[in-house]
Amino acid sequence: MKKEMYLNIGLMALMLVVPLVAWVSDEPFWITLATRAVIFAIAGIGLNFALGFGGLVSFGHAAFFGLGGYAMGILAYHAQTYTPVFEWPFLLEGSKSMLLIWLVAIVVSALAALAIGALSLRTTGVYFIMITLAFGQMFYYFSISWSTYGGEDGLPIYVRNEFPGLNTMDPIQYFAICYVVLTLILILVHRMSQSSFGMMLQAARQNEKRVQAVGQTPYSLYLVAFTISGAITGLAGALFADLNRFVSPTMFSWHVSGEIMIFVILGGVGRVFGPLAGAALYILLEHTLGGLSEYWHIYLGALLLGVVLFTRGGIYGLFAGREVAHD
Amino acid sequence: MTNNPILAVRSLTKSFGGLVASKNINIDLYAGEIHALIGPNGAGKSTLIQQITGGLTSDEGEVYFDGQEISSLNTAARTRLGMGRTFQISSLAMEYTVLQNVVLGAIGFRGKVFDFFNNAMKDRELINRAETALVQVGLEDFRTYRTSDLSHGQRRQLEVAVALTLSPKAFLMDEPMAGLGAEGSKRLTGFLDELRKQAPILLIEHDMDAVFSLADRISVLVYGEIIATGSVDEIRQNPQVRSAYLGEEDTL
Amino acid sequence: MHMHPNVIYKKETPILLMKSRVGKFKGKSMSAILFIEQMLNGLQFGVMLFLMAAGLTLVFGVMGLINLAHGSLYMIGAFAAAAVAAATNSFLFALAASLAVAAIAGVLIEATIIRRLYKRDHLDQVLATFALILIFSEGTRWIFGSFPLFLDRPDYLAGTVALPFGIEYSLYRLTLIGVGLAIAVGLYLVIMKTRIGIRIRAGENDREMIGALGVDISMLYTLVFALGAALAGLAGALIGAIQSVQVGMGEPVLILAFVVIVIGGIGSIKGALIGAILVGLTDTLGRFLLPQFFSLFLENSTATSVGASLASMSIYILMAAVLLIRPKGLFGGA
Repeated sequence: MKKEMYLNIGLMALMLVVPLVAWVSDEPFWITLATRAVIFAIAGIGLNFALGFGGLVSFGHAAFFGLGGYAMGILAYHAQTYTPVFEWPFLLEGSKSMLLIWLVAIVVSALAALAIGALSLRTTGVYFIMITLAFGQMFYYFSISWSTYGGEDGLPIYVRNEFPGLNTMDPIQYFAICYVVLTLILILVHRMSQSSFGMMLQAARQNEKRVQAVGQTPYSLYLVAFTISGAITGLAGALFADLNRFVSPTMFSWHVSGEIMIFVILGGVGRVFGPLAGAALYILLEHTLGGLSEYWHIYLGALLLGVVLFTRGGIYGLFAGREVAHD
Repeated sequence: MTNNPILAVRSLTKSFGGLVASKNINIDLYAGEIHALIGPNGAGKSTLIQQITGGLTSDEGEVYFDGQEISSLNTAARTRLGMGRTFQISSLAMEYTVLQNVVLGAIGFRGKVFDFFNNAMKDRELINRAETALVQVGLEDFRTYRTSDLSHGQRRQLEVAVALTLSPKAFLMDEPMAGLGAEGSKRLTGFLDELRKQAPILLIEHDMDAVFSLADRISVLVYGEIIATGSVDEIRQNPQVRSAYLGEEDTL
Repeated sequence: MHMHPNVIYKKETPILLMKSRVGKFKGKSMSAILFIEQMLNGLQFGVMLFLMAAGLTLVFGVMGLINLAHGSLYMIGAFAAAAVAAATNSFLFALAASLAVAAIAGVLIEATIIRRLYKRDHLDQVLATFALILIFSEGTRWIFGSFPLFLDRPDYLAGTVALPFGIEYSLYRLTLIGVGLAIAVGLYLVIMKTRIGIRIRAGENDREMIGALGVDISMLYTLVFALGAALAGLAGALIGAIQSVQVGMGEPVLILAFVVIVIGGIGSIKGALIGAILVGLTDTLGRFLLPQFFSLFLENSTATSVGASLASMSIYILMAAVLLIRPKGLFGGA
C-alpha cells in the first residue's frame, strides 16, 4: 500500500518536473510530449474505470475519445465561421470556451456510452469485446462519410480554445490546464473507487452472484460505470483535439481503442494511477523507439506481447506488488 | 406460528429438454422454524434453490414471499424483499478482505448503492453493521484477511455473516456445514438454532446429524419430487423415504 | 494514432459501377437490373466475409480464442499472392501461395504464441493478438513499403458474362460467389461428415472428452487454426484482385467479420454464412438504396451525403437489432 502511494507521488512529480524543466530550458517539444501523456492518461483512467473496476473489456473507447474531439471541433468550427451548430429544437451557437466545450464533450460521450452500454451489456465476454469494437467502428465510418465536418480529411481549428485568465496557446499554460484536469479526475476516481458504488462495482467484477445476493443488479452497476468511463475518455478527447487544434476520423479508429487499452495494461489494470504510468511509458517508447526506426510499432508490438505473456499487473504490479484490498 | 408462511412454493415445475428437474413442488416456510430440504445428489435441490431465488425461470408454479407473488422478480429484487441466502459453492468477492465482503452486505441493506463519494470503509454505520455480523459468526479476528486466504469452512461462515447484514425475513442456506469440520459444525448448529428466532431458515444440508438436531420439519426431494414432508420423527419412520433415500444410509 | 483510414471499396465502388452502366439500359428495367447487380455484389461481398468469419468462429468455438490477428492473415495471403503473381504471372499459383503462406504463418504463430493464450482471459487474448497486428502490419510495410501492390485478375476471368434478363455481370465476381459458396458447402461437409470434423465438434462441446478420446488435442488446435488462416489468406488474395493489396487491408474486413459472427452466433458455421450474406447485402444495398431513398425528399447533394452516412452505419444498426432480439446471435447457444 505504502509503495503504491510513493509510486503515485513520484509519477505526479515526474509529470510536473519534466515540462517545467523543458519550459525553463525552452524546449516546447517536451512540454507537448508531457501534455500528450497527461491527456492519454485521462483517456486511460476513463477506460480503467470500466475495465479495471468493472471488468468490462471495452474495445470501443475510441468512440468516446472521438466524440469528445468532435464536440470540440464542431463547436469551435461554428464559432470560427460564425454559424449556429443547429437552430432546431433550440438554437445552439458555436463556442470557443474550453469549459463549455468540456461540458458538451462530457455530456455527449456519456450519452453515447449510456446507449452503447445499454445494448452491449446485454452480452458478456467475447461478444462484449466484439460489439464495443463494432460500435466504435460505426462512429469511425460515420465520421468519414459525414462531409459537413471535413469527412476523411478532418477539421482544423485555427486557434486553441479559450480558458478564462490563461493564454492557452502557450504550451506550458495548456499543460497546466491538462495537469489540473488530470489531478481532479484522479481524485474523483480514487474517491469513487472507495465509495459504496465503487466497492459494489469491483465486487461485481469478482463475483456477480455475490452482488445479486446483497440485492444489487450487476447490469445497473456496469451501465453506470460504463457511462462514467465514457464521459472521462470523452473529456480526454476534447483536450487532445485542442492540443492538436485538429480533429479527424482517426480519433475514432480502433487503433486508438487498442492504444488506450495499452495504457491501462502497461500501467496496471485496476490501479487508479496505473494509466498515468502506462501513458507516460507509451509516450516515452513512442519517442525513443520512434527515433530509432520508422517501424517502431514492431518493437511496441513485441514489447506488448512480452508484457501480456510474461508479466502480471503492468508497472504497478512490478513495483508495488499485488494489490491489497484497501481498508 | 399459525399465520401465513413467509415463503410459499406452489406447484413449481422445471424441465430441461426431456428431463424433469423439479415436478409440482410445494414447500412452506413459517416464522420461527427451520425447514430442512434433503435428498440424494441429483435429486434437483440446486434447480429448486435457483427457482426459489430467481436464478432460473420456472415452467409452471409460483413462489410467494411475505404474501407477495415474486415469480417474475430477479435475484436482486428477491433479495431486497428480504430473502437472504448462502451458496453451496462460496460466492464471495475473493480479492476483498473479510470485512469488505460483509460491508457489501451492509451497503446492500442500506440501499444507497449509488453513493459515489463517501468512503464505504470509513462509514461507521456500515462498519458497525458488518462487525456485528462478523462477531455473530465468530470471524471477527479475521476481518483483515483476504477472503481467498480463508479456509472453506471460514468462507461458509462469511457467507452467513453477509446474509446476516441484510436482516432478511427468511434465510435459504445451501449446505452451510460443508467443509466445517466437527467443531465448526457444532458451533454453526448452535448458532442456527438461535437464528431461527430472528428469521426462519430453509436449510439444504447433507450433514444428517445437523438436520435431525435442528429441523422442525423436513421435506425429502427425490428425482425432482417431494416425496414426504413432516417432523423429524415422521420422516424417520416414513417407509417411502426409507426405501427411496434413507434406506441407503445406516446412520438412522 | 497515425494509421490511415482504410476504406473497403478501393478500385471499384458499386456507385462507380452503377454510373458506368447507366448508358446501356433504357427505362424501368434499368433500375431493376441495377438492383439485381447490387444484390450480386452484396452476395459476393458476403461470401468473402464468410471466408474470414468461418476461421474466426471456428477458432473461437473450438479453442475459445478471440483472434484479432485474423485480419493480418488475410493481409499476408494477399501479399503472398501479389508477390507470386508478379514472379510467375499465374493467378492460380498466386492463390495457392496465399493459402500456403497464410497457413504457414498461422501454424507459426499458433505454435509460438497463440497456444499460450488458450487458457488466458479474453483481455490477454485481445492484447496479445493486437500486438501481433502491430508486428505484422509494420513488418509488411518494412518489407513491401507503404504503396499498394496490384494483383490483377487473370484474363480468362476478365470481362462480363451474360445472365438471364439481360444482365451483364463481372465474371470474376461471379466466380468469387461460386468459389465462396463451394467452400461453404465443403466446410460444412468436412465438419459434419468427416472424422476430423467430428473431432472439431467434440472439441467445441467438451475439451475434456476429446482429450479422453485420445485425440492429440494440440495437433487438432494447430490444424483448426491453420485452416482458418488459409481461408483468411485466400479471401485476402481473391479480394486483393478487386481492391488493392496494402498494409492494413485486413482490419476493416476483420471488424466486419466480427459483426458477422456476433450476428450469426459465435461458434456456428451456419450462423457465419447467414450472417455474412446478411451483412454483405445490407452494406452493399444500403450504399445503393439509401442515397436514392433520401433523394425522394432531399436535394441531391444532401441526399447523397445523408444516405452515405446512414449506409455506413447500416450493418451496425443491423447488429444492434439482432442483439436486442437475440443477445447470443441468430444461431448462438441458448
